[in-house]
Amino acid sequence: MKKHIITACLYTASTAILLGVVYPVGITILAKAFFPKQASGQLIVRDGQAIGSRLIGQPFDSPTYFHGRPSAAGVGYDATASSGSNLGPTSQPLVDRIHASVQQESYGMPVPIDLITASASGLDPDISPAAALYQIPRVARERHMSRTVLQQLVIQHIRPRQFGLLGEPTVNVLELNLALDQIK
Amino acid sequence: MSLNGWLQIALFITLVLLLARPMGSYITQVFGRRRTLLDPILVPCERVLYRITGIDAAHEMRWTEYAGSMLVFSAATLVLTYLVERLQHLLPLNPQHLPGVESALALNTAISFTTNTNWQAYTPESTMSYLTQMLGLATHNFWSAAVGMALAMALVRGIARRESKTLGNFWVDLTRGTFWILLPMSAVVALALVSQGVIQNFKPYDSVKLLQAQQLVGSDGKPTTITTQTIPQGPVASQEAIKMLGTNGGGFFNANSAHPFENPTPLSNLLQMLCIFLLPAGLVVSLGQMVGSPRHGWAVLAAMLIFWFAGTLVCYWAEVQPNPLLHGVDQHVSMLQSGGNMEGKEVRFGIANSTLFATVTTDASCGAVNSMHDSFMPIGGMVPMINILLGEVVFGGVGAGLYGMLVFVVIAVFIAGLMVGRTPEYLGKKIEAYDVQMCMLYVLIFPLVILGLSAVTVLMPHLGLSSLSNHGPHGLSEILYAYTSATGNNGSAFMGLNANTPWYNYSLAVAMFFGRYMMIVPMLALAGSLAGKKIVPASAGTFPVTTPLFTVLLAGVILIVGALTFFPVLSLGPVLEHLLLRAGHTF
Repeated sequence: MKKHIITACLYTASTAILLGVVYPVGITILAKAFFPKQASGQLIVRDGQAIGSRLIGQPFDSPTYFHGRPSAAGVGYDATASSGSNLGPTSQPLVDRIHASVQQESYGMPVPIDLITASASGLDPDISPAAALYQIPRVARERHMSRTVLQQLVIQHIRPRQFGLLGEPTVNVLELNLALDQIK
Repeated sequence: MSLNGWLQIALFITLVLLLARPMGSYITQVFGRRRTLLDPILVPCERVLYRITGIDAAHEMRWTEYAGSMLVFSAATLVLTYLVERLQHLLPLNPQHLPGVESALALNTAISFTTNTNWQAYTPESTMSYLTQMLGLATHNFWSAAVGMALAMALVRGIARRESKTLGNFWVDLTRGTFWILLPMSAVVALALVSQGVIQNFKPYDSVKLLQAQQLVGSDGKPTTITTQTIPQGPVASQEAIKMLGTNGGGFFNANSAHPFENPTPLSNLLQMLCIFLLPAGLVVSLGQMVGSPRHGWAVLAAMLIFWFAGTLVCYWAEVQPNPLLHGVDQHVSMLQSGGNMEGKEVRFGIANSTLFATVTTDASCGAVNSMHDSFMPIGGMVPMINILLGEVVFGGVGAGLYGMLVFVVIAVFIAGLMVGRTPEYLGKKIEAYDVQMCMLYVLIFPLVILGLSAVTVLMPHLGLSSLSNHGPHGLSEILYAYTSATGNNGSAFMGLNANTPWYNYSLAVAMFFGRYMMIVPMLALAGSLAGKKIVPASAGTFPVTTPLFTVLLAGVILIVGALTFFPVLSLGPVLEHLLLRAGHTF
C-alpha cells in the first residue's frame, strides 16, 4: 500500500510538470511562432490605442450606430464575466426583456430574433445579416446618409458561411461601426 | 430546419465514422503494446517515467489492485488541485492577483475535475489564475481521460482474456493513453484551434477603449459611464484541445465553448465536436478488434448512432420552433438569419450547430457548451438531460462511455437469455448471478444519487431553492439537471442555478464522487469476474452479438431502463413546461 502511495505521488508530480507546465508553455511558443495575431486576441489598434478585439463584442445603444445583441455579461459586454441570461422560454422576466427590446428596435416590421435575444457568451461580436439590414433605416435617418450607401456597407461586411457550408452568415458589429465612422 | 443545417450535421457524423476505424486500430496498437510510429520518441520518455516513479511495467494486476491504484492516484491528483487552488495567490502566473479559492468551492472544483465532470460553480476568468488553470485543472483533463481509457481497457481485457486473474497494469495503461494518444493529439488540435483564433498567451488582461461609451444607471441610482472594456487573456488553446479530446468540458471562461476566445469560428466548432466523439468512437471499434469480433464493435456503435440521431433530430426541431409568447419578432428560418430560439445562442453557430453541439456534448460525458441549455425550449432542453440520464453511453466519455455501454450489453445479453430460457453468454463467457448483480449495482447507483439528492433539495426549501433563476417546472429542471450532470460526470448545466453555495458545492461534490467511483468499482469487479471465466464454444442457442437484432435489443434495454426510472420526474419538469408554454403560461 505504502509503495502504491509513493508511486501515485511521484507519478502525479512528474506528469503534472509535463502536462501542466511543459505542454502549455510549448504550445504557447509554437502558437506565437506560427499564429502571433490569433494567439494574442486579434486586437484592433488605432493611433497606438487598442480599441477592441475582432472577436469580442462591444455595447452599442446610440441610434447612430448599428446595435449588437443584448448582453447578460456583467452590466453588458463585460468580458471578465462572460455569461448568457439563462432564462428559460416560460420566464416572465425574459418575455418582458424581449418585448422592451422590441419596443426600442422596432419600426413596425417584426424584429429579427437575434437582435433582441441575449447571446450565450454575452460577448457575441456578430449579428445576422437580417439584423444588420433591419437597422439601416434608423442609422440612415440619424446620420443623414442614403440607405443605398449603408446597404452596400452592410453587404460588404457580411461574412458568408465558412467554406460556403459551416456555421451561419454573420456581420461583425464592431467592424461595421468602425467602417461606418470612416464614411464622411 | 434548413437543408444547410442537415448538411452540416451529415458532414459531422460522416467524419466521425470515417475516423473511427483508424482511431480504433491505433488505440488497439497502443494498449496492446504493439509497435507504433511514435515509439522512437515516446518509448524513452515512458522508460524515464517508470524509472522515476518505480513502476514495474511487466507487473500484472488483479482487479482489486487495479482499482486500488486508480483510487490512490485519483486521491493524489485531487489533493494537488485543491492545494494549487487554495494557494494560487502565493504562486506564480497570477497576473490579475486573484485571491486563493474559498474552501467549499475549491473542494467542489477539485472533485469535479478529478472525476472528469468539470462542473464549474465559479466564473473562471475572475476566479482562477493561469497557473491554477494549467497545473490544477488542465492536468486533470489528461489524467481523468487517461484513467477512463485505462478502465475501459481493463474491462475489455476482462472480456477478451480466458481464465486469467489479471487485467493489465494500471500505470502502464495510464501512461500509454497519455503519451501515445492524448498528448500528441492535443498538441495538434491546440495549434489548429489557435489558427482559428483561440488565444494562447501569458499576457495580463488587456484594456481597450470602447468605440461608444456606455451610459448606465448604477445600483445606487447614479448614472455612470463606462469607457473601457477589459479583454481577458491566457493559455486557452492548450486547455481547450484536451478539454474536448478528453470529454472533460471545463471551460477556460465562464461561457465555455460559446466564448469567442474559446470557439471563434464554425470550423473550430466542428473540430471541437469531432474531438468529443473521436476517442469514444475509436474505443468502440477497438473493443471489437480486441475481443476478436470487429462486427460486435460496429453493432454497438450502431446502437449509439440510433440515440445520437434521435437526440439531434428532436433537439434541432424543438429549437427552430417559434416561442408563442413573443410578439413583434421575426423567428423564421431564412437565408439571412438562422431564426428559431436564439436566446442563449451565438449568431455564428445558429440553431443547427448549437443543437448538434448540445446533443454531442451530453451523448458523451463532455459537458462543454456552445449555447446555454437553460434557455432552450422545454423539449430542446430535455434532450441533453435525457442523454445524460441514459447513462452517457451514446459514444460516451473517453473510456467511461465504453464501460457504461458494456454494462448495458451484459444486461441486454442477460435479458435475451431469460427470454429463451438459456444461461446467457457474452462472447463465449457465461453471465452468472454475480456479474448481473455488479451490473445492476452500476445501473442503480446512478438514479439513486440523482433522484435522492434532487428530492432532498426540492423538499428542503432553505437549502437550495433561492439559487433558482427560473420558476415553475423550469426551476425543477434546473435542480434535476444539476444533479444529473454531476452524477453523470458531464459538467454541463442549466447555468441559471447559482451553484456556488455551501449546499450545492458539497452535495454536488458527493454526487460527482459517487457517480464516478461507486460505479467504477462494481464495473471492475465485473471485469475481474469475466476475466476468470472459461470460454464456452458458441452453439445454435447462443445469442449473436453482431446482428441488427442485437443492436435493437441493446437500444431497447437502454431506453427501457432510462425511461422507467426517469419518466416521472421529466414529466414534472420539461414535459409540463412544454404544455404550459403552449397554453401561454409564464413564471
